[in-house]
Amino acid sequence: MIAEKSNTAQLIIDKISSSAEKVNFIDNDQLSKALLYLENKGIPNNKHEDYKYCNIDGIFKKEFKNIEQKLNSVTDVAQYKLKDALTLVVVNGNYSESLSDKLILNGLHLTAFSNLDKDEKKLIGSLANVESDAFIALNTAFSGTGFHLKIADNEQLQIPIHILYVSSANSEALVNPRNVIELGKNAEATIIEEQICIGTGKVFTNFLSEKFVGENAKLTSYTFQNEGKNGFSVNTNQVTISRYGKYDNTTVTLSGALVRNNHNVVLGAQNCEAHLNGLFTTKNNQLVDNHTLMDHQMPNCESNELYKGIITDKSTGVFNGKIYVRKDAQKTNAYQSSKNILLSDDATINTKPQLEIYADDVKCSHGTSTGKIDEVAVFYLNARGIGRESAKKLLLNAFAQEVINKIEVDELKDKILNLFENEL
Amino acid sequence: MITIKNLHASIGDKEILKGINLEIKAGEIHAIMGPNGSGKSTLASVLAGREDYEVTQGEVIFNGKNLLDLAAEDRAREGLFLAFQYPVEIPGVSNINFLKTALNEIRAYHGQEEMPAKDFLALVKEKQKLVELDGKLTNRSVNEGFSGGEKKRNEIFQMAMLNPKLAVLDETDSGLDIDALRIVATGVNALKSKENAFVVITHYQRLLDYIVPDFVHILYNGQIVRSGGKELALELEAKGYDEIKKQFESLEK
Ligand SMILES: Nc1ncnc2c1ncn2[C@@H]1O[C@H](COP(=O)(O)OP(=O)(O)OP(=O)(O)O)[C@@H](O)[C@H]1O
Ligand SMILES: [Mg+2]
Repeated sequence: MIAEKSNTAQLIIDKISSSAEKVNFIDNDQLSKALLYLENKGIPNNKHEDYKYCNIDGIFKKEFKNIEQKLNSVTDVAQYKLKDALTLVVVNGNYSESLSDKLILNGLHLTAFSNLDKDEKKLIGSLANVESDAFIALNTAFSGTGFHLKIADNEQLQIPIHILYVSSANSEALVNPRNVIELGKNAEATIIEEQICIGTGKVFTNFLSEKFVGENAKLTSYTFQNEGKNGFSVNTNQVTISRYGKYDNTTVTLSGALVRNNHNVVLGAQNCEAHLNGLFTTKNNQLVDNHTLMDHQMPNCESNELYKGIITDKSTGVFNGKIYVRKDAQKTNAYQSSKNILLSDDATINTKPQLEIYADDVKCSHGTSTGKIDEVAVFYLNARGIGRESAKKLLLNAFAQEVINKIEVDELKDKILNLFENEL
Repeated sequence: MITIKNLHASIGDKEILKGINLEIKAGEIHAIMGPNGSGKSTLASVLAGREDYEVTQGEVIFNGKNLLDLAAEDRAREGLFLAFQYPVEIPGVSNINFLKTALNEIRAYHGQEEMPAKDFLALVKEKQKLVELDGKLTNRSVNEGFSGGEKKRNEIFQMAMLNPKLAVLDETDSGLDIDALRIVATGVNALKSKENAFVVITHYQRLLDYIVPDFVHILYNGQIVRSGGKELALELEAKGYDEIKKQFESLEK
């Protein structure tokens, strides 16, 4: 379907062009393609198949009428740091060397985009096709100065890297954080990406990450989104996995006015494995939309997805999981499951599994379930003196555990558990 | 302890309890027997505060309070305990966490502080021993994957932990092997005191060999149609419900 064009894209371009620094790490060809794509296709509205339940054009028109792009500087992030992790800080899309920990570990290389050499620059945009999605195009045209993080061959990081994306403005703004993460052959790393929004103004964060998981490498990745009522975000992860590589992501979304996650994983070589887990809680008028793509290109790969949502008030949750098994991808195992609890009559969940299978020797399955809180269990708890509120908490906690237990960094897990319980 | 007067309860249009009268004093054990579908579990559920049932008439005074005015959790906090005929499985909620929450909410209701973790664990150990419950079960999710007998034993364990004033045991004996039956009975007898009371709903005399009732009531078609001493249970065991059914049918005509 051809989405109806709107002038939102042009307005955004006009408003932020003047204040944006010229992006010098993306080649001109890509930049002009990105702008052209935006001008032609615009920001997607709900007529666009992939944004059916997520009318971002409409949200822009309503919530971002006056983008002023007056960004706050941020001087202290101590309270957000994890004790046992190396912290990298990105403020309003730009890597902040002064707020970040020094990476003095062997085999770990961090280079700001502006300092990349010519060959390294080619990595930027090599997974994210500017002509595939408006937000990739938008990020490409106005990308912040992110970084390339490389874990060298055979290097196994013992300490997680915590990347903190802070956005802050006191009036409407749009920021475009971006990074490239690369794990060499046999490398292993745990990366935590956390998004917060701390100003008094609404900020639209259009995040883009390209992740390369090398041969027999293992990337364990956590995405923690807790942007509050001023945070609007589209988060695109383009991941590619090489032979025997493994990619695990767990995304926990506790708040945010709009959170759209595009998690696209290419299982591009034999014997690789990907796991995507998600937990989201939405309330008020929030919208959380998880779109995933498992693109099985080669034989003997496995993918697994588990998404759980707790949806209350008038909020909306979306899970759209596409599994694409190409004709060469024999012996694929692909599983997907989406489970949701609706806590109010006005809450909505839209789930859509999309299986496109072109190989014949595959095992694929998907399941979705949506229900309310189990009143029989609530009564059992009540009958033991546990009040309604605590009973609900115990049961929702139990529901969420399957995902929260995937988090292997204890400090992060405890932090998320605490915040999760407060959200209920 | 509890006075039930002319209690009527329905579900939808169907009246299930049709005027129950019962008085239970501290220190007593009452057995309720009666054929399937007569309303025994309904009575237990109505007392515990299950909202599926509508009380259409009558009152229940529990230690001076109007029980029917209280929410289910407050009834439990006031000291009422129901051992479920069909205990509920709650995946993901550990037995320990469940009990800790229950115990502390009951304490909070009475203005007491949370029980220190050490004391709590000691209590768990003590009560586990009393009902010979496998320690592994306490760390698992509530009733999840428990065998029928383990679930029943877990109910008694919970009862022992919460130390209620009035415990209603709904067919806790069904599905128990002889050893388990003895253990459950030992548990009840150990908890029994002058300050508390028990209602034992059962189909079989064999439980009453271990837990000797002061009174036996027969619930039939939503009413208590006969009450007597412990010999009534023996009589039923010998004769079955035929006589009562006949009496009732002739009344209907
Ligand atoms: N939720 C319900 N909807 C409709 N009817 C119900 C419901 N719950 C109970 N009943 C009916 O009420 C009657 C009494 O049921 P109850 O479970 O109280 O019997 P009981 O005496 O405990 O029987 P048993 O000895 O088999 O446990 C039965 O006829 C049952 O079918
Ligand atoms: Mg029953």
